[in-house]
Amino acid sequence: MERIPVLRMGSLLLITIQVDMHDKLAMQLQDDVTQRISEWGSTGVLIDISSLEIVDSFIGRMLANIAGMSRVLGAETVVVGMQPAVAITLVELGMSLPGVRTALSVEAGMELLFGAVTAAKSGSGDERTEA
Amino acid sequence: MNQLAEIISKNEDRIRAEWMRDMSKIVQRTDLISKGELDEQSRSLLGAIASGVKSSGSTEISGTEWTEARDLLEDISASRARLGFSTVEVATFVMSLKRPLFSAIREALSSDQDKMFNTVWAATELLDRLALVTTEAYMTAKEELVMRQQQEILELSTPVVKLWDGILALPIIGTLDSARTQVVMENLLQTVVATNSKFAIIDITGVPTVDTLVAQHLLKTITAARLMGAECIISGVRPQIAQTIVHLGINLEDVITKAKLSDAFALALQRSGRTVTRISSAPVNPISSLFSRREE
Repeated sequence: MERIPVLRMGSLLLITIQVDMHDKLAMQLQDDVTQRISEWGSTGVLIDISSLEIVDSFIGRMLANIAGMSRVLGAETVVVGMQPAVAITLVELGMSLPGVRTALSVEAGMELLFGAVTAAKSGSGDERTEA
Repeated sequence: MNQLAEIISKNEDRIRAEWMRDMSKIVQRTDLISKGELDEQSRSLLGAIASGVKSSGSTEISGTEWTEARDLLEDISASRARLGFSTVEVATFVMSLKRPLFSAIREALSSDQDKMFNTVWAATELLDRLALVTTEAYMTAKEELVMRQQQEILELSTPVVKLWDGILALPIIGTLDSARTQVVMENLLQTVVATNSKFAIIDITGVPTVDTLVAQHLLKTITAARLMGAECIISGVRPQIAQTIVHLGINLEDVITKAKLSDAFALALQRSGRTVTRISSAPVNPISSLFSRREE
């Protein structure tokens, strides 16, 4: 069965979505991510959606859900590389993904995650303190 | 009806001469149209009307016999709309044909009252219809003009400029409506991707008023930029606009706002880990000191 690979990079999870998302795939991804976080004790999740060109409200909610679930499991989520058309579509759908962090590129996303992870480790659990 | 056609073609020169005189009494726009051109237009229109009445035998101008007259009139009205004639001046062109035509009818049919009345009525109907065609063509031409200008404004007014590596500025001039927001948003987001910019400063100094709708459009743009990983700063908030925003209860708490573009730029520089300092020994030139501190 088709599924989106979840890669492990040290304490981070790397997910690159390179196919058109459909609802079943999204549900499968939710299962996989939560499973892996608890299995490997990951502290950060990076989702690269730079190849994603079509979104609907379900996919938008799925992104927000993954971020929410990861936070419950103790991991920070960053969504990187959103296309302009995708961003406009999500805004027009009224989904501003309030709990999700975003970055322009994988590199910037990694930086953000490392910053957030070290901040969390040093005790100041406030997630809004990143630069 | 054939009587009307006969009267027109028999007295064509005289009707035209009187028509021109009447017209020049009411409107005189020698600055916009030459006498020779006006004469030419009147001649061809009167000819087209005469042939229209003759061949169709009625004053119902929707038929194919009237195509020539209608096209001619539409062309004349449209060109006058573009030249800057007013509505009254354009409508008067046809309306002032009434008196000369009526007096020609009276002369020709003074012996028969009934016939005269019928012919006058037919002529009135005909000229009224032609006047409506004129007005409609005039309005259409004006509307096209407005649409084209709107399109031009839309294309002109949304530049995205790069202030520094990773810092963009978007000066908005004029009111933000839905169509413009769409263009602004697309422009901004595409430039964010192309230049890999982390900060975007939206300068609203040139926005005359900010109401709830404009604020909503701004928030949409900011949210879309945030989803892509760029941070937006609003600058150029004038005192009156700050008052309006608070009075309307618009929630801009999640957005960074600054009074001036320079303040926003300073913040963006600071957030991206840069500072601007003056080199004490060098001659005081803010531009050169800015460049000498550039890291990359």
